[in-house]
Amino acid sequence: MENSVNTNNHILELKDVSVSYTPGQYAVKDVSAIIKPNTVTAMMGPSGCGKTTLLRAINRMHELYPNIVTTGEILLQGENIFSMNAMKVRRMAGMVFQRPNPFPTMSIYDNVLAGYMLNNVGLKKHEKDEIVETSLRSVALWDEVKDSMTKKGSFLSGGQQQRLCIARALALKPELLLMDEPTSALDPISTNKVEELIFELKKDYTIVIVTHNMSQAARLSDNSMFMYLGELVEYGATKQMFTKPNDKRTEEYLTGVFS
Amino acid sequence: MRKGIRSTSKYRVAKSKIFFGIMCLFSALTMIPLFVILWELAKKGYKQFNLSLFTEVAPTSMEAMFARATGNLIPGGILNGITGTLLILSMAIVIAIPIGIMTGVYLAENQEKKLANFVRHLSDLLQGIPSIVIGVVVYIWVVIPMSSYSAVAGSVALSIMMLPMIIRSTEESLKMLPVTLKEAGLALGGSYSSVVMRILIPSAFSGLFTGSLLAISRVTGETAPLLVTALGAASVNWDATSPTSAISLLIWEFYNDPNLADLVWSSSLLLLLFVLGINLLAKSIAKKWKIQ
Repeated sequence: MENSVNTNNHILELKDVSVSYTPGQYAVKDVSAIIKPNTVTAMMGPSGCGKTTLLRAINRMHELYPNIVTTGEILLQGENIFSMNAMKVRRMAGMVFQRPNPFPTMSIYDNVLAGYMLNNVGLKKHEKDEIVETSLRSVALWDEVKDSMTKKGSFLSGGQQQRLCIARALALKPELLLMDEPTSALDPISTNKVEELIFELKKDYTIVIVTHNMSQAARLSDNSMFMYLGELVEYGATKQMFTKPNDKRTEEYLTGVFS
Repeated sequence: MRKGIRSTSKYRVAKSKIFFGIMCLFSALTMIPLFVILWELAKKGYKQFNLSLFTEVAPTSMEAMFARATGNLIPGGILNGITGTLLILSMAIVIAIPIGIMTGVYLAENQEKKLANFVRHLSDLLQGIPSIVIGVVVYIWVVIPMSSYSAVAGSVALSIMMLPMIIRSTEESLKMLPVTLKEAGLALGGSYSSVVMRILIPSAFSGLFTGSLLAISRVTGETAPLLVTALGAASVNWDATSPTSAISLLIWEFYNDPNLADLVWSSSLLLLLFVLGINLLAKSIAKKWKIQ
């Protein structure tokens, strides 16, 4: 669960990262940033600014689609992810999607262990039980589902499903948790719970969260990135950015001149 | 002006009612053949639809002639046909399902690739090839090299006929799955093969299973390709390399022999019930295992 000690004290480093869907057109353009461990970093910006695209570059999700080209360097714990095995990168950088997507054929129990199963890791019964319990406890879902472990994941409510998906990602003990608008499909109460959870998880994990919701970014994050038209306009402490933004475009976005 | 609009609307209402009525009528008409066939088979076949139908092999023409002369029921049954059909079908399933499902997965996963489009078109074409043509080709491929008619030749012919349906249903049911399911699997560090085998195929299982069952029911009654591949046999045969009978082949033999003609109805009834059973099973599974 603990992040291994890193000499230069950053877990993720982006160096001139660009992503293009069609040749010559960049969805993300020359983004460089350093993310420190045990922080929550919010990626903000108007629709289509490339924040989700950038997030998905970090766990090499773009490789599923042959037309997407990613250039630049992404260092995860000092190692370039493009020279690592993609499966290892994805185990180190867990991802939570916009809509809850528990595996429909699996029970709640198996959903939490899905990462181990997909990686063909054999576990003993007591190891499985322990992983399931710790993972579900860390998303505050254990008490709600401990008596219905064998039920399908789709039996849960939307918010519970999303927390189950977070538990599924945490079960693999990732170094980094990437969250792509994890609350945008949830009702306000569930959103609140997931936000509280993110706040808790910060103690053990490093989190990068894409959000549309400025107040969510203000509530949750230590640092914020403001992206606009594929460029990283401003990156700094959230407090600073929300009170005294450096860039005029950030200020305009935060004050609602455009969205 | 207003009145005019009202009268038009009355006319329109009447027109749409008539149209609706015609649709209902035609829908009802399509059900009539099924019930008439069932009724006809039950009426003519019930006498011979007894235990010996399932436990004894087909009688010879002579046995049947004696029975008819003495006014008895024709002795014997279609056990050799039932076992033959089961043998040929199960081998056809073993051949067709893995190939069909793998192809379907490939088509669903690589929708834009040239090879995928090519395979998709060919599979549609394959569905349109007359069954006797498939039978004759399998005769050249399998029967001649083995220098014997055989159950396995029949299975090859039937599996070729099953392939297009399995491919299509696999592709369609995989395409219905949300793309985030695959992404979620890969995001957990799963390899592509384990994501396909452990997430995508299980999630689409009800579609795959229903499609496969319908493909089986489609070929269960095939006669023409079996005539030139499995040929038929007078006794129960479990040897895949020997000529083997099938229910449909027996029906054809009974039809051609006036002494045995009475057995056509009971055997047809059994075949029909078998196919209906598979269809109902497929429907209920599709409903029950549907994943939200």
